This record gives sequence, C-alpha cells and structure tokens, in this order.
Amino acid sequence: MYNKGTIIPGLIIFVLFVTFPIWFNGLTTAGDLPKPELPPGGEKQCVMPADYMRANHMQLLNEWRDNVLRDGDREILEIDGKKYPKGLQMACMQCHTQKEKFCDSCHTYAAVDPYCWDCHLTPNEAASKEATH
Amino acid sequence: MDKQRRKFLKIAGASVVAGIGAPAIVKLTSSPALASSAGHAPAADVHGGHVEEAPKGVRLGMVIDMRKMEEQPGQLDNAIAACINAHNVPQFPDSKNEIKWLWKAPFENVFTDHSGYHASNKITDTDFAVLCNHCDDPPCVRACPTQATFKVKSTGIVAMDFHRCIGCRFCMAACPYGARSFNWQDPRPYIKKYNKEFPSRMKGVVEKCNFCAERLALGKEPACVEACKGTGAITFGDLNDAKSELRAVLDKEFTIQRKSTLGTKPSVFYIV
Repeated sequence: MYNKGTIIPGLIIFVLFVTFPIWFNGLTTAGDLPKPELPPGGEKQCVMPADYMRANHMQLLNEWRDNVLRDGDREILEIDGKKYPKGLQMACMQCHTQKEKFCDSCHTYAAVDPYCWDCHLTPNEAASKEATH
Repeated sequence: MDKQRRKFLKIAGASVVAGIGAPAIVKLTSSPALASSAGHAPAADVHGGHVEEAPKGVRLGMVIDMRKMEEQPGQLDNAIAACINAHNVPQFPDSKNEIKWLWKAPFENVFTDHSGYHASNKITDTDFAVLCNHCDDPPCVRACPTQATFKVKSTGIVAMDFHRCIGCRFCMAACPYGARSFNWQDPRPYIKKYNKEFPSRMKGVVEKCNFCAERLALGKEPACVEACKGTGAITFGDLNDAKSELRAVLDKEFTIQRKSTLGTKPSVFYIV
C-alpha cells in the first residue's frame, strides 16, 4: 500500500470525527437524561397526570392562555381540594417553585427556548423585588 | 370569406355587450334585501350622534369625578401607584419611554375638542386622570393586524393578549387618546416592585390599561377604584345596567367624554 503513513492516521482521525457524538456523550454528562427536580413541597398531584403533563404541558398552557385572555374563562380548577387558577404564575408555580431546577432541566436538554419567562415572573424573580402592598 | 368576417364581428360585438351588461342586470334583478346586507352600519351611528344606540350586554365603564379627585390632593397619585403595583408597570426615567396605564394630563391635552378659552382656574390647574377609554368602537382593534388587541364581548373591555403582540404599533397610531405605550427596552429593570400574580412585559410589546380584568375575575374592583374607595372620585360599573351605581351617577350629573366627536364611544366619563 502506498502512502500507508498518511492514509492510516487519516482514517483513524476520520472515524474518530464521525463517531464524535457517540463517544462525546459517553465521556461527558451532556447526554444524560435530565432529572427535573420535583416540587420542593412534595406535592404529588398535578392538574393532569404526569405523563400527560410531560408530553402536553405546552398545549395546556396555550389553552389556558386562550381561555383566560380570549374567552374570559378564568374558572379556578379544583382538584382534590387544591385550587389552581389558570395561569403559569398562578397554578404551576404554586408547587414548581424552582423554575431553574424544574423547567430548565428539560428545556436545556431538548434545546428549546420557550419565551414564557420573557414576561412571566419566576418565583425567584418575583421575590427579588417583592411587592408589599 | 367576407361573409364569415361579418358573422365573426357580429358575434364578437354581441358578446362584448352581453359581457358588460350582464353584471348590471344581475345586480338590478337581485333582491334589495340581499344587496344591502353587506354590513353597512346606519349612518347616524358612525358619527357619534347625540342619541347613541346602546350596545347590548355588559359594558363596563367608569365615571371620574374630578371635583372629588381635587378635594383630596394625592388621591390620584394613590390610584396611579395602585395601578403600577398591580400590573408591574415600569417607571422609565426618560418620559419618552413612559408606559402609561393610568396617568395624569392637563385639560387641554385631555379634552382637545373642548375650548380652554377662559377656562376656570380649577380646570387649568388640575391634572386629569386619563386611562384607556375601552371604546365601544375601538380604532386600535381595527388596526391590530394580529388581533392581539380585541374587544371582550362579555364585558366590553378592550383587552390585550401580550403573547400575540408583534410590536408594530399600528394600535398606537390608531388610538386617538394616546392610551397605548410601547416598550422600547426591557421593562424589568425599571419595575420597582413585582406583583407575582401578574406578568411583566418584554421589549417590543405594546401595553395599556386592561380595566383590571384579572381582578374583576376574582370579584375585586379595579386597583384605581379600590384606591379611591370611599371618596366617590371613581365610580365603576356596568353602563347597560340601569340599576348600577354608575348609571345613578350618570343620570344625575353632567358628564363629558374624551373626543366624543370621533365616534369611538368611550366608556370613561368625566365630571369636571
């Protein structure tokens, strides 16, 4: 084989390069499944089953948004005696008080950047300038 | 050959006449009821005439009694502060960036169609409370290309869905009352205190008074009305409910509206 000295290192570099995603995820923590931190208060009940929420929370939030703003339907949901006024800040953040440890963990993993927090206040953000009225 | 050409020209001529005439005939023969159903509002309604046709259903409105507002200096400031707290309204240091939900303005800016010539000192010295008029025929709603601002049928509130606002500012150009403000920069650093039950806005979004729709849903009064409670400076209620406190005030007092000649039919009335 001619140019053995160039071809074989070249092939090795090529194979390493092509398999980069596989060994990079193996060596680092980038590929680990996210573990969102469950509510610090230990709540087990949500407005819908966890499976549904995991897959469809964005649709549910859009529905709530349209109910509240468009249709004026601000009916407060009551599940097992707990009241959930429709809204991200009102309902979700009651239990999931740590947006940074709950929402962000999956959103970062999935590389999605929802714009909810451009306007909606996380409990931490709200607490930084607490209203006293 | 000649004969065929004659025939061709005759047929062509007849076709042209038929083509031009047919729509006219169709129009004439169609029933007048169908022809006029294209949705033209009665002319008197458009020009904000003296007798206005009242819209049906709940129509929330407000009377601001400036005489009572003046009796207690600082009353209006309290109401404005309550509004700012309730809605996370930013306070930009530069007035050209000002975000206005409920704000103060002098008589000549508020009632531009009323002459201020030889107006009483009381009028020239007082700051008037100004807010979105929640018009019955809101020009901002017509201008909005995304329906981010819209009329809530059940309450008559001109509401906004901040999620949908693309920041084109057509509504600001359309609103004759200057009741809409644009966030030229991120408002968060300029919000003094957060109300955790209401969102803030982001850069590039228009905002305005929402008649405290979120408080009304909880059975509370709007923040400004609550702040003026007991003074009678602001009366809030349903314009279409003959038994409401609001109607009692309107029936008794002489009230004026801002720029009523424009025909937007404001829901905010003033006693000066």
